[in-house]
Formats: sequence, structure tokens, C-alpha cells
Amino acid sequence: MAVARGTIHGIVGENGAGKSTLMSILYGFYQADRGEIRINGERVAIRHSDDAIAAGIGMVHQHFMLVKPFTVLENVILGAEEGASLQRSAAKARGILGELAETYGLEVDPDMVVGDLSVGLQQRVEILKALYRQAEILILDEPTGVLTPSEADHLFRILESLKAQGKTIIFITHKLREIMSITDTVSVMRRGAMTATHPTSEMSVTRLAELMVGRAVELRVDKTPARPGAEILSVRDLTVARNGTERLKSISFGIRAGEILGVAGVAGNGQSELLEVLWGTAAATAGEVLLKGAPLDVSRGGRAAERRRQGIGHVPEDRHRHGIIMPFGVWENASYGYHRSPSFTSGPFSLPGRMKDAARELIETFDVRPDDPLLKTANLSGGNQQKIVLGREIRQNPDLLLIGQPTRGVDIGAIEYIHREIVALRDQGKAILLVSVELDEILGLSDRVIVMFDGRISGERVIEETDENDLGMLMAGVDQREGKNVTASKMG
Amino acid sequence: MSQLPKWADSFLVPLLSVLLALVVSGLVVLAIGENPLTAVRVMITGAFGSTYNLGFTLFYFTNFVFTGLAVAVAFHAAQFNIGGEGQATFAGIGAALIGLSLGETHWLLVLPLGILVAFLFGAAWAAVPAYLQVRRGSHIVITTIMFNYIAAGLLVALLGNFLKPAGSAAPQSRTFDEGAHLPRLDEVLGWIGIEAQRMEGNIMFFFALAACAVVWLLLWRTHLGFEIRAYGHNEKAADYAGISGFRIVMLVMLLSGGLAGLMATNTVLGQQHSLVLGFVEGAGFTGIAVALMGRSHPFGVALAALLFGALYQGGAELAFEMPAIPSKMIVIIQALIILFVGAMENIVRIPLARIFMFVQQSRKA
Repeated sequence: MAVARGTIHGIVGENGAGKSTLMSILYGFYQADRGEIRINGERVAIRHSDDAIAAGIGMVHQHFMLVKPFTVLENVILGAEEGASLQRSAAKARGILGELAETYGLEVDPDMVVGDLSVGLQQRVEILKALYRQAEILILDEPTGVLTPSEADHLFRILESLKAQGKTIIFITHKLREIMSITDTVSVMRRGAMTATHPTSEMSVTRLAELMVGRAVELRVDKTPARPGAEILSVRDLTVARNGTERLKSISFGIRAGEILGVAGVAGNGQSELLEVLWGTAAATAGEVLLKGAPLDVSRGGRAAERRRQGIGHVPEDRHRHGIIMPFGVWENASYGYHRSPSFTSGPFSLPGRMKDAARELIETFDVRPDDPLLKTANLSGGNQQKIVLGREIRQNPDLLLIGQPTRGVDIGAIEYIHREIVALRDQGKAILLVSVELDEILGLSDRVIVMFDGRISGERVIEETDENDLGMLMAGVDQREGKNVTASKMG
Repeated sequence: MSQLPKWADSFLVPLLSVLLALVVSGLVVLAIGENPLTAVRVMITGAFGSTYNLGFTLFYFTNFVFTGLAVAVAFHAAQFNIGGEGQATFAGIGAALIGLSLGETHWLLVLPLGILVAFLFGAAWAAVPAYLQVRRGSHIVITTIMFNYIAAGLLVALLGNFLKPAGSAAPQSRTFDEGAHLPRLDEVLGWIGIEAQRMEGNIMFFFALAACAVVWLLLWRTHLGFEIRAYGHNEKAADYAGISGFRIVMLVMLLSGGLAGLMATNTVLGQQHSLVLGFVEGAGFTGIAVALMGRSHPFGVALAALLFGALYQGGAELAFEMPAIPSKMIVIIQALIILFVGAMENIVRIPLARIFMFVQQSRKA
């Protein structure tokens, strides 16, 4: 791979294609077995991140490497202090930060505590850190995953100005639209190899997707208009407080049978709390939830088993931490959560034979690969793990399915499949609550959308009457059609 | 990353680690000025050389199976119970109450009651730290170890003030009457017509083997075991699946304490026939090493308990036969085994993984 100076070079590829490994080698976390890295024609040996920094490489990680209780200034000079006097390097850094802010439009108050900053600003601090260390090459790993559309736009403007100043940027993402809009050149990785490098102007989203997966993919979800039936779930004035702060502020909505309700919003605006309360693993402080007209106990946590019995299924947002037990076999995870159901038990004993049969069926129905129920779940790809979770919940035939981030960390080929399954479930007359931070996913799958901002519903839309811009504004808390849609939060 | 095949991971790595520990122990023996090979020979014959010696090895084996299983079971729910010592001590008080009061009946009555009461006493002693852990967040490592001291103090107080026969200076209860002595292994062998020399192990040996099977069944063949293992791997995922953490931790710790308590049945009713100060003699802590070495698997625990049983018995013979080697040598060996098996496993694992990778690659080529 070659990257030209002063360009923005995009790298795309499915999960596990080797993008992160490549970047880790560039930044000195891993060592390459063979091959060499040249910067400005000169061979460099990068054994440690110090070498990378010295070579002018800066990295903005997907998960920020910041000390939250420290101020912006302290974070920037951390590890790059000069001499014994902190004050002197702080004063110097303050000056440099001022210049950087002016040159690149990277304004951040240097005395703010990082933990109090928004995610977008924290990312800015990461970029400042790299620039302070005189990085000429900036690597950004999935930088927009946590940003609102407008924050992402701002980031792109910063990247443009960095480019104008002659910096080189390597931009890793799985969002093809971003590649198209910001990069000059794009490289596609597949199964650990760089399969293609092209000027972005010669590419299209469909062509890129094909290159990534190795076959033609259907990016749009085919679905007929919804035919909503009776109301399955009804949420009224639900409030959730955690550690004294209200995470959900009196929200109300309903979902009907045969309908997908999308919940859009930037991560951390109350969606996770909503899922937890509906699923019975967290307590609500006020409000009520009705399932098919009967109230659910939302006053306490630890009610997940009860929810399953009442006909709710749940594909959790973070499947690694919640949905499956990684070291367990596929067959054990295929009935996890339903392991006490009569079909898998006989008295106190579980029936491994029946569990394995069920796992084989699931593997076949949901095309899980490899098709071995005895494999350790951790050895499967993210997409196949997600198929196990989704398949497991769907097979229990729930009336209501809660789905959080169904395609997070899932490769394109599997996304296509998972989306089709969700729509098929809707067509069987199930009610589906879909929480996703991916606007494309919300727009492609939902019949109706509510947008969450700061624990409230900032707007509700029928899918035909909205678009990315409209939802993007709602995600930032601005309703452009004030008055047209009356949402519950405004009534309360 | 390179991975080892399962059999190598569960057998080869611990085996090589133990060998490494023994080699280092040999160096210590050499430093004392004795011949390590002679020492090994003395230890092996000391542990297995005669029926009499074997009897002692099996007696220690039984203790370590119970305390090892106690630690292993708790490990599966991610609870580190290092209070086996105290749980066994408290259970000993229960076992002694049975021994003292039912001495004029028959062992057929004493055996089930001795097992039941010791189990309940051990479980009760573990219940308090378990409850404090799940409801109050007091760390179970801290509370269980503190409960060891409380149990030890309680035993001193009981022996000194109530159980010590009048006029006796020794801190132990009176000897139980014949009816409360559990049958020794040689007596058990006698029932099936095998004449044997006196063997110090007793009928609890068979219960130790049964306990291994029961724990295995529980963990891998019941839905409760499934939940215990799920909780141990990932507490949050257990909550998602509707598994109550409170229930799992309480049940596991009660079982763990109860198993540790059975060690007291073996020692108090089966061998010493009286309640003696400090009768647990570190078996609770050895259980941690046994569980670590046995990979928290019941069969691994049985194998590790046999090794430690042999080390204890062989070590005692060693101190007798080669007086230059202090009896504390066994503690050094034990410590080295814990160090190599528990803490420094990668010394063996990483080179071994490289060898396996190399073999695999050359086989492909």
C-alpha cells in the first residue's frame, strides 16, 4: 500500500479483514513478520508506539485513550512533558494549542476536564494530542462511530483543513458513504490482503461493497409497507434515574403488531436505559409499561426470565458483554436464556443432546458458519455470533422483539441477511423495537422512528416523511417541524 | 495467537509445571547438601511404599479433594473462596458435637449425621461472607480470610472453656467413644474379604470420590451448573439471561463451604476421634493449590489432591529419614508448585505453544 502526502486515504474492509491489525503494526503495537514500512522513501523500524510518534505518525483510536479526570491541557502533554517542571511545559503547550486551534479550527477550552466534554470534543482532543506531537501522518480508526451527523461534518471539515496544510490522513471506516465523501484514494482489504486501491472518484458505493465482500450485495432492504395491527407495547411516562441523574425523562410511545419502531439517536441519550428497563434488568423510577394491555413490573431489575415468559425477546446492544458467553460452545449459547425451558431440561438436569439438536437447527436456518455446534463461540466472526443471538430469540417466537444495534461489528454480507430476517419477523405480525445509532439502518428498516436526545423523545416521524437531515437535526435536539409532530415529551 | 490443543492445556502444562517445581525443589535440597534423587526416592516410597503409608496418602487425599472441590466450585461462579480453612474449622465443631454425643450408638448413624452436620456448619460459615458479598459488596476474599481467624479463635475458646476434659492441659476434647469412629480403609477392605495392614484413610475416601462425580454432574449436566458457569464467565450476560446473581453466589458459596466442611468429617470423626486445636493444618489453603492445579475440574482436582496427598505423606517420611532436610521442605515444594502452576504458567505454556505451532507448520509443509 502506498499513501501519497497531503491526501486523505480511506481503508475499508469487513470486520476481521485486517484493517486494525495493519494500523496496529503502523503504530507499533504489533510487529510485522515480514515486509517493511517506508516514510518519505526511508525505511523505518517501528517497534513501539514511541518509534511511530518519532516517525511522525499519530493515531486517533476508536476508543479514546484519554485520562478522563485530567484537563484537556494535561491530556495533551501527558507523555510529552519536557523537563521536570510541569508548569513550563503546560505554558508552552497552551501556546501551541492556541496556534493549532487557529490553523485547523480545532477549538477546545484547554482547562476543561476531559470527562465533561462531549464525545465529539474528546475526539478533537485526541487529534490535538497527535498534532502536538508533530504528527505528519494521522490515522483515524472508525472516527465517526460515536458522532452525530453534524459532529461528523465538523470532523470532515477539520480533516479537509489538515489536508490543506499538507498533512496526510489515513481514514479507516466501514461506512462507505464517508469514504465516498471525504477520501481522495480508497483501499479495500479483504481477508488480510489489500485487494484493490483506486481513486475515490472512480468508485461507487455499490462497487466498494462488492470489492469488500467479494460478490454483489443488496444494500437496500426490500420491504412492503407495514400493516400494523393491535398495540403490543405501550410505554407511559417512563422515567429512569441512575446515580441521581435522570437518564430517561418521562417518555411515552407505543408499538403495534407488524411494525418496526426505530429508535434513533447518538449513543448515550437514554436508548440503553430504555432497553434495560423494558427487558427488566434495570428499574424505572416512574411510569408504566403495558404488554398487550397487561402491566410489566418495571420497579425492579432481575426480571429478564419473567420477560421471556411473557413473550418478549431481546437481542442486546452489546452481544459480547450481554448476549452470549464467549467461552461457551455454540450449542450452549444457542439456548442461553432459554436453558430452563422444558424442552431442554429433565428435572434438575439439562439435556445436552436436545440443546445440540436445537443448535444444529438454528445453524441451518440462520446460515451460521462454520456449521459446527461444538465450536467455541469466541472463534466465530461477529456476524455469525449475532446470527446465533438473533436466531435464538426469533426461534422462541416472541410477540415483541427488542433489538439493540443489530449490525454493530457485523460484516456487510451478514448485515444484509440480518436485515432481511428482521423484516420477515415484522411480516409475521411481530412488534419490533429497533435501537440503532446507524441512521442508514433506521431509515432502511423502520416503519416509524422516534429520536432520542438527552433522555427525551425529541421527535417522532413516519418513515416516508423523513430523511437523514431531518433525523440528524432531531438527534441534536432540534425539531425543524416544531408543532407538526406532537411528542410525548412535549406534552409532559 | 497460538493455541494449545485441549489435552495439552489441561494435562501437559500442569504436568510440566509440576516437574519444573520439583526440579527447583531439587536444587534447594542440593543446596542443603543432600542428594535430591535420594530425597525423591524416599518421598515416593514414603507415600506409596507400603499399605500403611498408602493409607496416610489416601487420608490426606480425601482432605484435599474436599477443600480443593470447595475452591473449584466457587471458582466456576468467579468467587474466590479462600476461607476453606475456617469453614472446615467450624465444621469440625459440628462433627465433634456428633462424635461426643453419639459415641455410644453406631457408625452407621454417625456417618450420615457427621456428613450432614459438618456440611451444614461449613455452609453456614461461608454463608455470611457470601451474603455480605452479594448484598453489601464486601469483597469475599477479605471476608472469607477474616472468617478463618474468627473460626480459629472460636475453636480455641470452645476447647479451652468447654470441651477440654477437666484436669487436662492439652487443647483438645476427650476421645470419642468407639461408636463414633468411622471405619478405616483396612476395615472396609475386610468387608469384601481383603486382609490389609492398618490403613489410616477411612470410609470418607469413597465419599470424596463421589463428591467429584457429583460436582461434575452439577456443573456440566444440570441447568443450575450451566447458570453457575455462565455467571462465572460474565455476570452481566447472566443478568440478561434472567439468572439471579444473588441465588447463584449464595448457592455456590453454601456448597463450597459445605464441601470444605466435609474435610472435618474425614479428620475429626475418621482419624483423630477428638476435636484437636488446629486440626485443619492448612488443608483449606492447600485446597487453593489443588483447585488451581486441577484447573477447577473435579477430575483434575482428584489428580492434584493425589499429588498433594503424596507430597504430604512423602514429605513427612522425608523429614524422618533424612533429618538434614527440615520438615518445612514440603511447604517449600508446595509453594513452588503454586508459583509454577498458578502464577508462572506462561513459562511452560508459551514455549510449548511455540513447539506445537512449529510441529503443525512442518507437518503442513
